[in-house]
Amino acid sequence: MTLQHITVTVNGEAREADVEPRLLLVHLLRDVFGLTGTHIGCDTSNCGACTVHVNSQSAKSCTMLAVQADGAEIRTIEGMVAGADLHPLQQAFWDQHGLQCGFCTPGMIMQAAWLLDQNPQPSEEEIRAGISGNLCRCTGYVNIVKAIQQAAGTLSASASAPVSAAASTEGQAVSAEPVSAG
Amino acid sequence: MIPAPFDYVRPGDLDGALKILSERQGEAKILSGGYSLLPLMKLRLAQPALLVDLRDITGLDAIVETDDELRIGAKATHRRIHENEIIARYPLLHDVSGGIGDPQVRNWGTIGGSVAHADPASDWPAALLAANAKIVCRGRNGERIVEARDFFLDTFTTAIEPTEVLTEIRFWRRPRGQGGAYTKLERRVGDFATAGVAAIIRLGDGGSIGFAGVGVTGVSDSPFAAVDAESALAGQRPNEDVFRAAAQAAADMSRPVSDVRGPVEYKRAMVAELTVRSLRKAVERALAYS
Repeated sequence: MTLQHITVTVNGEAREADVEPRLLLVHLLRDVFGLTGTHIGCDTSNCGACTVHVNSQSAKSCTMLAVQADGAEIRTIEGMVAGADLHPLQQAFWDQHGLQCGFCTPGMIMQAAWLLDQNPQPSEEEIRAGISGNLCRCTGYVNIVKAIQQAAGTLSASASAPVSAAASTEGQAVSAEPVSAG
Repeated sequence: MIPAPFDYVRPGDLDGALKILSERQGEAKILSGGYSLLPLMKLRLAQPALLVDLRDITGLDAIVETDDELRIGAKATHRRIHENEIIARYPLLHDVSGGIGDPQVRNWGTIGGSVAHADPASDWPAALLAANAKIVCRGRNGERIVEARDFFLDTFTTAIEPTEVLTEIRFWRRPRGQGGAYTKLERRVGDFATAGVAAIIRLGDGGSIGFAGVGVTGVSDSPFAAVDAESALAGQRPNEDVFRAAAQAAADMSRPVSDVRGPVEYKRAMVAELTVRSLRKAVERALAYS
């Protein structure tokens, strides 16, 4: 079995590694790159705790090989903060008490971020469908839904605000709908 | 859980993939989205020596209508199919593509991967069977077209050769007066279907049923076409009695096993109920598209 050389961009930073083909993306992130914010929950693609973005699409990183992500842009929970400022989703999970034990939270936030990229103002039903691949065993989801609703409001307000640099960055993220739907 | 060791190649074109499949006959598995194969490899239920990743092969994900067919490239993801504007006119395919797995699975999982994998409880095969779809298999000596009803042979076993790549699924274009629907029962989001029923109804002159297709998943060694249910529908005027008769026929053809998703009797009863629900919806949609 030959090692494969891969190059990925993780949270804006170019990284390389020589990996066994069987190395899972979640192990690349956690064990090779030391980014342990991405959690391994069920390890069977059910729970969504390992959700990250690969080329702007949410993915369960326990069900993707590192070699499949060769050349890709990856975003993890560590890439959500802007300097000292929490991402609006992180702030909203804090404000709304959208977690208890916190184990599902990184995946939940990454999936919520993808959802808001696709649909900046989702209904409660759309939020629940959007996070249906992410399990939380503590909260009963009510406060998670509230947190995503709060973040949707914050992000929409900042996207429509004309000036701040942070706002314009978010605006681009929100409009980054892939052109693949045709 | 870590898969057993394997080699990995990512050919740049289909000919390259076909060459590798010939050279490593029987050793290689094709990797598309990975959401079916990798879980099996992690459980070591599958231990291929080589994975041939189709990622860099372009031109395998188009969704187009020809004069008489709707063609979906094998690499089209469930999500792209669900959001496609052509598919909005194909309610059966719209139902199926929007209900597979969960959002992350639909972002990456592909129709070709699901069909080639042929899990006995997967959703696409039921739709392909109901719709009398065709499956395009490409080998080094050209293309072969296999009817869906000849394709699903057994659990995880299809008519595709180890040296072939599944490249496309072809459906008939939807004529006026035709509607379809897919209804499934799952214990929770993302679980495999306890049972699922795909139905297509084409209303003929005078409102009787000109064509009926019924595909059933989750309750046999392999998804199957409920031909007895189709016979019970053909030529009849659609009503609840006819639906019930077809539903009973579909339930009788089912061969479920008792497991955590329920005992045999329950699963048979669910096949009957899901058949009725899919037929009602298919007829409703056929009438709305007349």
